[in-house]
Amino acid sequence: MKLLLPETVRDALAHMAGRDGVTTPIAGGTDLLVHWPVRLGERDRTYVDLWQLQELKPLRWTADALILGGLTTYWDVIRDRRAGDEFPLLVAAARQVGAIQIQARGTWAGNIVNASPAADGVPALMAYGAVVVLESQRGTEEVPLDGFYTGYKDMRRRPDQLIVAVRIPRRRYSYQTFAKVGSRRAQSIAKVGLAVTQSDDGWRVVAASMAPTIRRCPAIERLLQQGAVLRDSDDLLPAIARDVSPIDDVRSTAEYRRRVMARVLYDELRETCGWR
Amino acid sequence: MQRREGLAKLTGRERYVDDLPLENFLWGMTVRSPAPRGRITAVRFGNDVDWSEFVIVDHRDIPGPNEILLIERDQPVLAASHVRHVHEAVLLVAHPSREMARRAAQAVEIVVVPEPAALDFRVAPRPEQIQYAADNVLKQLKIEKGDVERALAHAPVVVEGAYETGAQEHVYLETQGMIAWLEEDVLVVKGSMQCPYYVLNALQHALGRDERRVRVIQAPTGGGFGGKEEYPSTIALHAALLALKARRPVKLVYDRSEDMAATTKRHPALVRHRTGLTEDGRLLAQDIEVILDGGAYVTLSPVVLSRGIIHAAGPYACDHVRIAGRAMFSNAVPFGAFRGFGAPQTLFACERHMDVIARTLRMDPVELRRKNLIRDGQRTATGQVIQDGTDRVAVLERALALSTFEEKRRAHTAFNAAQRSKRRGIGLATFYHGAGFTGGGEVHLNSRLRVAGLPDGRIEVLSANIEMGQGTLTVFTQIAAERLGVTPDDVVIGEPDTARVPNSGPTVASRTTMVVGHLIERAVDDLRTRVGLDDRARGSVVKDAIAHWYAAHPGGRLVGEAVYEPPPGISWDEQRYQGDAYGAFAWAAYVAEVEVDLRTCATRVIDFVAVQEVGKVINPTLARGQVQGGVVQGVGWALMEECKFKDGAMVNNQLTNYLIPTSDDVPPIRVAFVENPYPHGAQGAKGLGELPIDGPAPAILNAVAAATGTEPRAIPLTPERLMDLTR
Repeated sequence: MKLLLPETVRDALAHMAGRDGVTTPIAGGTDLLVHWPVRLGERDRTYVDLWQLQELKPLRWTADALILGGLTTYWDVIRDRRAGDEFPLLVAAARQVGAIQIQARGTWAGNIVNASPAADGVPALMAYGAVVVLESQRGTEEVPLDGFYTGYKDMRRRPDQLIVAVRIPRRRYSYQTFAKVGSRRAQSIAKVGLAVTQSDDGWRVVAASMAPTIRRCPAIERLLQQGAVLRDSDDLLPAIARDVSPIDDVRSTAEYRRRVMARVLYDELRETCGWR
Repeated sequence: MQRREGLAKLTGRERYVDDLPLENFLWGMTVRSPAPRGRITAVRFGNDVDWSEFVIVDHRDIPGPNEILLIERDQPVLAASHVRHVHEAVLLVAHPSREMARRAAQAVEIVVVPEPAALDFRVAPRPEQIQYAADNVLKQLKIEKGDVERALAHAPVVVEGAYETGAQEHVYLETQGMIAWLEEDVLVVKGSMQCPYYVLNALQHALGRDERRVRVIQAPTGGGFGGKEEYPSTIALHAALLALKARRPVKLVYDRSEDMAATTKRHPALVRHRTGLTEDGRLLAQDIEVILDGGAYVTLSPVVLSRGIIHAAGPYACDHVRIAGRAMFSNAVPFGAFRGFGAPQTLFACERHMDVIARTLRMDPVELRRKNLIRDGQRTATGQVIQDGTDRVAVLERALALSTFEEKRRAHTAFNAAQRSKRRGIGLATFYHGAGFTGGGEVHLNSRLRVAGLPDGRIEVLSANIEMGQGTLTVFTQIAAERLGVTPDDVVIGEPDTARVPNSGPTVASRTTMVVGHLIERAVDDLRTRVGLDDRARGSVVKDAIAHWYAAHPGGRLVGEAVYEPPPGISWDEQRYQGDAYGAFAWAAYVAEVEVDLRTCATRVIDFVAVQEVGKVINPTLARGQVQGGVVQGVGWALMEECKFKDGAMVNNQLTNYLIPTSDDVPPIRVAFVENPYPHGAQGAKGLGELPIDGPAPAILNAVAAATGTEPRAIPLTPERLMDLTR
């Protein structure tokens, strides 16, 4: 294996520009190292270790956004009091990631590019309308997170691009909730994940572990926008069928995922929407 | 007293097999079968590897018979021409670099022409799937008492039910590991194990070496739970074969995924009950069928089945009982010893069935148990007269009182009426566990233990029984110190090294404290006699006498010894499966309170009470720890630990997808002991280690049944399964 240790973003981008072929950026390592002993093929890659890039670590507040750095960790957000006040779903999601050791190493940007359909951080970011800021030697590009994924583990990031920031617009939210259903109460991978927000920009309903990528649910958002009156959780099933396509896998079943998504969503939204 | 190895473990200084210093050694790696059944037609070595750097071992390198010595000799050390399960070991490679060894193992292709595999133990095999005897039955056993058919025909009420339990992974924190090297002509094998003499015997047999040329040493062992009862013989043989061929030390340590994929698990089971009762709930007849999945080799399945059927009727009095059991061959990775050893499976069925009966009779499940719990003077299914003076109803009442069972039941009715998506319930299990080997097993083991006096007046206990986290070192120290009236510092526990310690039997079957501890007491008495003292001599008198003995016998060695003797009046008929199955039973009543989320169908255990009678409790801290650990393991088995199989092999063989409870999934566990000393155990102790895994699963499922009004009959009761029941 080959490990490159840039000290500046500039150097990192130079490494990623392809001089040594395709490289894999590594930040906290919390996804990569889990499989390190068994996925021997991964040892033949070239890695760019970003951990020294101090400039990417802090999160920043501006007048109209919270900006997470490319290396901002879950723990950084948990510790930031304003984040808890203004973006409570980020904190709720961060606390659901592994245990404290993982929360202290794992980064939001890493969660995005690892592109797991079961990611904990991505649904909350997407529900807040986050924008991914990509940088390369060719310049800067911004991609809204809800348009970032194009298929299972496919995304709008070229191999030479690095996520240097994630911009979360500050809005007034009239409703927000985060729910993760795992197979035990801590340190588990989501079988169903949900993040829902309502702001002046409208409803955003984001589902995890329900499709090849984390994605918004436009049919459900439409129902909510229209103020549809539902009588029970089964009324959500047709919209769920249009929005997502869960599978049977080693963790759960498609049937369970659909029903739990309907029940949890219904139960969470019941009072706000005036349902029974 | 302080736990003997506690500080070393607490500070991370304890050295497990993977931490032991070793020089100039090779890493071993195992190449395994890709198919559940078939003929090996070729072994292909990939071109990308320089094979001259590797030591390679296959079945032709085995000096003796290609057999792992156990109950039968059907399991090869390395598959020769056929494979019977996925992950069966075929070839071994070794290299100074662990990564090179790993890459090389992946570069070997075992070509197998597939043959029809038997993959569902619950259905009768088709002719082309038969691979053992005429019907794939590994072992069949039957217990009969009275006339079941007649009693069922006349019973006013008959209740039937079928119950299933899944495989369970041991998840010892330390994975299987072994190192082997040669000292002159002596092969030394050291590693993680429960039974040094099992390993020794297996090495002697397959390597064709006598006991003077093999030596087995137990390294500090990070958990066993039965997983290190028989399996270490296999990995020890593999390490030894590589070391013998390489003429260098070899280290073979599995990583978690290999360990979970290739080693034993708890036997899956299907248990059917047909029970005859009076209208008011008195047991008239119990007809029970037990089927275990044995996997691809016999291993320990016959004795797991034996313990399973003996416990299948529960701690109840019933005049007419028939228990028919069979362990089935299947092309699965062999199932093996696991804490409880068949009893958790059959007791789950029995205790869940008791609640099904109660609901059928519209009767309180507590009252049903009060009415039927066995009383002194009554006989078990094997005809054993229970006469130990324990009040089993009092054990139950204590658990009800501690858990405030009745108050909670009333509170739950109100809670459930008021809540939209949460339901609470409380459930109970009464059960028992026989300590020590079954029937004539302890006599057959003929355990032998020595206690050596040391020149400075201290004593050293020489036994083959090992510490694996359960507290053997501490309890053995307490037993010896108490017997002689000396301090714990005056007692040394010798390293389990077959060159030094006699065969005091395996560290299994809840026998260590009760049976082996009693041998320590008798060996200590023998030592005291040898220095001319009687049983009243204690403390410095004894120490001085030992020191004087050495002064008077230069070059001599002072040793006391004891050999197992069965308690008087015990008899067992192996042919008819009748008589005294165990010298002693421990008795228990466990209560679980649960909360079920009707949206996700997730069950959370919110309170747990465990009351047991285990004779005299020697070390309350360790005993409580055993119970709490067993309950946690039971919570996992009941609710979340699910081995998912494909072609008889586990496919969720990582701790991300095979989930055990975290501390947040575990309720407060309140433990209480009722003490009734057993005259033939150390200080009056009975076996305790396995009992706590028998009760949690049925108590928890009975609580879920009470909370949701469903009748769950299979574990693990995952949210997915419960959703199917509640929809």
